[in-house]
Amino acid sequence: MWSLEQLANTVHEWLNETFPSTWAMLIEFVIVGVCIIGLFAMLGLVLIMMERKVSSWMQLRLGPNRVGPGGMFQTVADTLKLIVKEGMTPNGVDKLLFNVAPFVVMIIAMVIMAPLIFAKGLQIWDINIGVLFITAVSSVSVIGILMAGWASNNKYSLLGAMRSGAQIVSYELSAGFAVLVIVILTGSLRISDIVNAQADGWWIFKGHIPVWIAFVIFMIAVTAETNRAPFDLAEAESELTAGFHTEYSGMKFALFFLAEYVNIFVVCALGATLFFGGWQPLHFGTDTTFNHIMDYIPSSVWFMGKTFFLIFVIMWFRWTFPRLRIDQLLNLEWKYLLPISMFNLLLATVIAIAGWYFQ
Amino acid sequence: MGAGSLIALMIAAIAFSGIAILISKIVLKSTTNKQKGEPYECGLPTKGPSWIQFNVGYYLFALIFLIFDVELIFLYPWAVVVKGIGWIALVEIMIFLFILFMGFLYAHKKGALKWQ
Repeated sequence: MWSLEQLANTVHEWLNETFPSTWAMLIEFVIVGVCIIGLFAMLGLVLIMMERKVSSWMQLRLGPNRVGPGGMFQTVADTLKLIVKEGMTPNGVDKLLFNVAPFVVMIIAMVIMAPLIFAKGLQIWDINIGVLFITAVSSVSVIGILMAGWASNNKYSLLGAMRSGAQIVSYELSAGFAVLVIVILTGSLRISDIVNAQADGWWIFKGHIPVWIAFVIFMIAVTAETNRAPFDLAEAESELTAGFHTEYSGMKFALFFLAEYVNIFVVCALGATLFFGGWQPLHFGTDTTFNHIMDYIPSSVWFMGKTFFLIFVIMWFRWTFPRLRIDQLLNLEWKYLLPISMFNLLLATVIAIAGWYFQ
Repeated sequence: MGAGSLIALMIAAIAFSGIAILISKIVLKSTTNKQKGEPYECGLPTKGPSWIQFNVGYYLFALIFLIFDVELIFLYPWAVVVKGIGWIALVEIMIFLFILFMGFLYAHKKGALKWQ
């Protein structure tokens, strides 16, 4: 059967036969770079469209419906508009930091893609500390945000950046604890090992209570880490205009916006990999007709389906919960989520050692 | 692919952002006037500098975060081997977490986690 894994292998073999190995490697890097840039552009278009359509349907509106069939090309039109807008640098900003910040945010959003498995056997870098890599790199993004906020020389930006920093570093802890639960159950930090361990059932089914608690905590934490509503007080429109990117306009603003949506995709992909088995299809029991039918659905469709379901859940949050105040936000993390996730970690350890999960 | 892919991705990110900004620089027609470069604060003229000393509350949270983040880093290698070692590992990590939790309770008691 045709698959992305075969395609990647064929290209790899053909390149190694035709060119010397150094050149083959360089060409592969170029291909990977182009593919990831393409993925970025597609994600930007699809996720912004999805956000607007989900919002409008939840409010019984039509949403964008003029450009293209059903408003499909609205984002393309918006991108074209942003290209012809001037990306100005206001007086009194720290010019270097102000211009470097969008690059920093974009680099982090792109590098974080490396250990993710997009389909069966389709992975850029099978690093043995994949989960740690993702947590570590994603926490660097706070530097880009603080850079942007501080360099803007604007009170809204500074406040937004500070809030965002406090929020991201706080919720990173409980996200880390939630990830650790899966690491304990699997016994490996390598993403491919974690996915392979779920071949006979996803962790959300196999791991029962500790994994359910970890999943809920993980979803809350990543919603806060990506500055989404109800934790969007870093860019609360009604109080801070746009938070840390108030002063950005034109293409630099578009880059921040894109990086934000790509980060949502990355955390949801991580959630799908850890809790829902990545590209593993849904199986019940062994060797039934149902399993065979599920095997026919390509692995990339499974992965994207799970990821986009989680993205939908995060968008759902936005129209369900009211925005928190900063003290409530920090209370929720430090007084509830952190102690709960610490005890959940111990519970998961007991269950992992005693073997009380389904195997 | 090895660690070289990270460099490839970084170059891809820089190229993507750089080309996007460059295209918009080429396409646009820029004009300047006196008001244009002012900080955007909803139409009012800016009062005082923006680079000021900031609420110490954020600093306290950052300090506590640092302790717990280092703790988390210590937990990662432990989490990989815990299934192989067994109950001893659980006891050890409980002692470790207990000490940290006491510190957490102390910070809580001192009011470091209260937002003023």
